[in-house]
Parts: sequence; C-alpha cells; structure tokens
Amino acid sequence: MWDFIEERHRQILYDGFQHVYLVVLAVVAATFIAVLIAMLVTKIPRLSGVTNMLSAIGLTIPGFALVGLLMPATGIGNTTAFICVCFYAVLPILRNAVVGLQGVEPVLLESARGMGMGEAAVMARVRLPLAWPVILAGIRVSLQMSMGVAAIAAYVLGPGLGSYIFSGLAQIGGKNALNYALVGTLGVVVLALILDLLLVLVGRVTIPKGIRV
Amino acid sequence: MTTTPAPTPNEVSDLSDVSGIEIELDGVTKRYPGQKAAAVDSLSLTVPAGEMVMFVGPSGCGKTTSLKMINRLIKPTSGTIRLGGEDISGRSSDELRRHIGYVIQGGSLFPHMTVATNIAIVPRLLGWSKSRIAERVDELLDLVGLEPGRYRDRYPRELSGGQQQRVGVARGLAADPPVILMDEPFGAVDPITRQRLQDELLGIQRELHKTIVMVTHDIDEAIKLGDRVLILQEGGHIAQYDTPERILAAPANDFVDDFVGSGAALKQLTLSRVSDIDLQETTTATVGGSGAEAIARAKAAGDGSVVILDSRRRPVAWRFLRELARHETIQDGDREKLVTLDERSTLNDALDVMLASSFGGGIVCDARDQYLGVVFFDSVTDHMRTVERTVAREVAAEEAAADRGQVEA
Repeated sequence: MWDFIEERHRQILYDGFQHVYLVVLAVVAATFIAVLIAMLVTKIPRLSGVTNMLSAIGLTIPGFALVGLLMPATGIGNTTAFICVCFYAVLPILRNAVVGLQGVEPVLLESARGMGMGEAAVMARVRLPLAWPVILAGIRVSLQMSMGVAAIAAYVLGPGLGSYIFSGLAQIGGKNALNYALVGTLGVVVLALILDLLLVLVGRVTIPKGIRV
Repeated sequence: MTTTPAPTPNEVSDLSDVSGIEIELDGVTKRYPGQKAAAVDSLSLTVPAGEMVMFVGPSGCGKTTSLKMINRLIKPTSGTIRLGGEDISGRSSDELRRHIGYVIQGGSLFPHMTVATNIAIVPRLLGWSKSRIAERVDELLDLVGLEPGRYRDRYPRELSGGQQQRVGVARGLAADPPVILMDEPFGAVDPITRQRLQDELLGIQRELHKTIVMVTHDIDEAIKLGDRVLILQEGGHIAQYDTPERILAAPANDFVDDFVGSGAALKQLTLSRVSDIDLQETTTATVGGSGAEAIARAKAAGDGSVVILDSRRRPVAWRFLRELARHETIQDGDREKLVTLDERSTLNDALDVMLASSFGGGIVCDARDQYLGVVFFDSVTDHMRTVERTVAREVAAEEAAADRGQVEA
C-alpha cells in the first residue's frame, strides 16, 4: 500500500485538494443559500412548515438518484458534481438557520425595535449574530456530509477522491483494487476531520465571547 | 376628557434644567382583532415635562399596552399621542424610537455585545462619531455607578442582575432622549438590589429631569418613585391619576383603596422626609467642655439629655444627665456607634431609628454629618396629621368647585 501511495502521491494530493475545493466551495454557496432562505422564512413564518418538509424529503433522496436526475440537464462533469454537493449541503444548514433565527428571544427583538433598529439592522446585528453558533453547527454537519456526497459525485467525472473508490470497485479482485478503495476512503475521512477542525477554529474566532459555550 | 393634573408641590423650581418634554395621550384606544373589549379604551392623560409617572394596575389593565403605544411598538387603533406637542403618527417609527429611551425588565442586554456596544446602540443608529460615543459610554457608566475601565468591555453574562439592569438604564439614556419609557425595569432583581436601583434612579432623575413613564405592578415602587401615579383598571380606564400623597390620603374609589392595600398611612411615611418636619432644639455640648456647665444648661432648658458634638459639630454621643455627671469634662464617644438620621431620610427610616433609641428620638445631620437638631415621635405624628388634613381640604375644595361647575353648566 505504501508503494501505491508513493507512486501516486502527487496525483493523490492533487485529487485530495480538488475534493476539498469542491466541498468548500459548495458548502460556502450552500451557507449563503440556506441563510437567505432562512431569513425569508423568518420574515414569513408560514413558510417554515414547507421548508422543513422540503429539507426532510431532500435528505431522503439517494445521492446516486440525484446524480442521475441531474445528468440529462447538466451533463457529465464539475457542474453536476457541484450542484449535487451543494443541494445536500443546504439542507442541514437551512434547518439550523431557521431554528437559530427563530429562536432569538422575543424580548431581545422587542428591545432592538424599541431602540429604533429597522428590520435589516435587527437581522444583521441581533438575529444573525445570536443564531450564528447554531448555524455554524449546521455547517459542520453539512461539511462532513458533503465530503461523502462529493465522493459519489465523482461518478459523473467530478473532481476528487471519489474516483479512487470507483476505480477500486471497478477492478475488484485486481492487484490494486483494495489500495484504490482504501486511499479514497481514508483520504476522505482524514480531510473531513481536518476541515472540521478548521471549522472549530472559525467558531472560536467568529462567535462573540459573550455567547460562547 | 383629559385629566390635567395640578402642579405637584415638589415640582422642580428651575424649569430650565428640565430636559424632558410633555407627553399627551388623547382618546387613545387599542382594540385587538377578535376581542370584544378594548385593551385600552379611550385613555387621555398628560405627563408633564420632567416628571416621573408610574403606570400601575393589576395584570391585564392595559398599562404595558399604553406604554408601548407611546413608542409605537403597539399601534393605537385610534386616538392621538403627542410628544412635546407634536403628533407622533407623522414620524417614522424607527426615527421616533431613537429619540425615546426604552428600558425593559432585566435590562435585556444583547448577550453577544459588550457593555459598551450595548450602550452605544442608539448613538450608532444616530450616526454619532466614534470618539463621541466612547466618551458618552464612559460618562453613562459613571452615572449608573459602574467604573468604566472595569465594566466597559465585559459581556452581559459577566455581570450580576443589578449591574445588567444598570447598564440597561444607561442604554436607555444613551442618546440623551427627552422621554424614557421603562417597562418593569426592576422586576427581575432581588429586593435589596431593587431598592438600591430605585434610589439611584431617583438620584439620576433629580439630575436630569427627563420625562419618565414607568410601568410597574408594585404599588410601593410606584409611590416611592412617582411624581404622579396612574392607577389603571381593566380596559385602561383611569381609576386615579394623582400625586402619591393624594392617592394614599384620598383614594378616589374602592378600587384604588383596595389596590393601595392596607397600611396607607405607613406608606405615606416613605413619602415625607425628615427635612419636611420641624426639627427640635436640644442642649448640645462639645467634647472636652465642662460637664457641670452642660448639665446646668440642660436643666435650665428642661432637657433630660445632651447631644455631644465633636469639634466639627458632628454628633458623637447622646447622653442622659446622670451619665454626664460621672466625669468632670465631657468624654469623647464612638461616632460609628451612634445612629443618626440624614435630613433626606424618609420618616419611615426616622421612626425606625426612634423606636430603637432609648431617648425616643433621633439626631438629624446634614449631608456633611453636621448636627442639625433632633426629631421625636410627636413631630412625625403631627406632620402626618397635617398632610392628611391638607389633602382632605384640597379634595373637598376641588369637589366643591366641580359641583359649582356642574351647576353652572
């Protein structure tokens, strides 16, 4: 196995980087999308039931099924992989963002309004900062999940470590089959742990001391 | 009908330091959809500039609704509210609220902001410069008794309940608004802290003369703090709107009587201060002087005891003549052990001291601890009787005037 890695280490590093790049990009985009939707739901509480239902259903769609559904529309390649990862990434963040934004104590909102903050200021200076730890927890879940989803997205020739797993599966019984599968899987796990650690650090920096647990 | 209150006796003489403006409610009604009875039904009253008015009443009487209509957190169904003569319905809600201080229970500070950022919210909304805000924050922390250097950068959870409430008050005062609304501000702190906060608020108000409207369910708090007290009945109907003295001495109806509860006379005691009553003279002597001479003077004046003062005229002891006779010169006493009254103490405190004193009285000092005179039970009871008689006479005169008015009409 060691030889296998040594022979291909440049390629593995490159694919690992691609994998992370895809996931980070997708999660960042998903965060924006999820928070925007959550803000909308906060403004129009009637939507919250619909959103909850959609995100619950969304999580039940198997990854392969989605890839299959997307392919006719977006073809084979990076775009499909990105959309697929992003779709799943939105769901946990959305859930947490809705809970976080709606969970701000009413008395704080009233005192913000009572001091003359407009709706935008209440959102930007009270709701979002107070919901941030909850949203960030959602992002962590989303990121872990997306690392796995991205591996599946490699099926449509998306970038990343997923291709190793598929190569392994394709050559079952072959000389390097196990090596391919192991490198792909372990690579995803290690990178996921590293990213999670980074997010913990992001939390340290971005969550105000007053509400840090 | 607008209730226009008569001027209070203790009204600020110098109107130029009044920074508050008048609040006028005119036929203000709030009706919630789907509810038969209005939450507040045609409420009309005037809060004079620079006064602290307390809204009290049982829960559901519409006191909080009335308060929140002043800064339009609740929109009145009908009626007009004027601040300083100007109808507020013409102003944008946000702009209006930035010029009305708002303090609610527990301070409701934003937990993710430091003390300084919390206080700076309204000044920032108003676009003050950074340096001006920083200066103002320190000034306000000083005002509410929190040392700026120590507390400026703390987060709310690092403060005690009382400190949080102090910051809440500072935040309400931040942009120097003429009107401040307070919704049960001291409801969430323990009794001892509450009392201290109340006293501090009184001190601040003596300095600033804002127009303050405070909602409370505690009649004692209302009587202690209010220049006027508004007692509301269900549906925001005015049961009585008057000075605390008159609410205690002449409740307008059974509802008020019940609400004030028993012990109105005792509550009256917290309204008068030692400086309101006539102090009595007694024989005094200075430490180191001749005992015999002091005894002679006391006997001539008919006093059985002598108040001993130090060289700076601060009382150190109160002694019976037979105690004095034991020494040739007058001995020093322990000033710390002698309980004295400040002239600003309430009669309630004064009675407390008198009950514990073996002389049946209390020594009164000024702000610098210098001797002013003594008070005895008689002066207190005399004062209470006078207050009651005065109020009764006023009420009778007003009723007579009202009757005449009706006859003429």
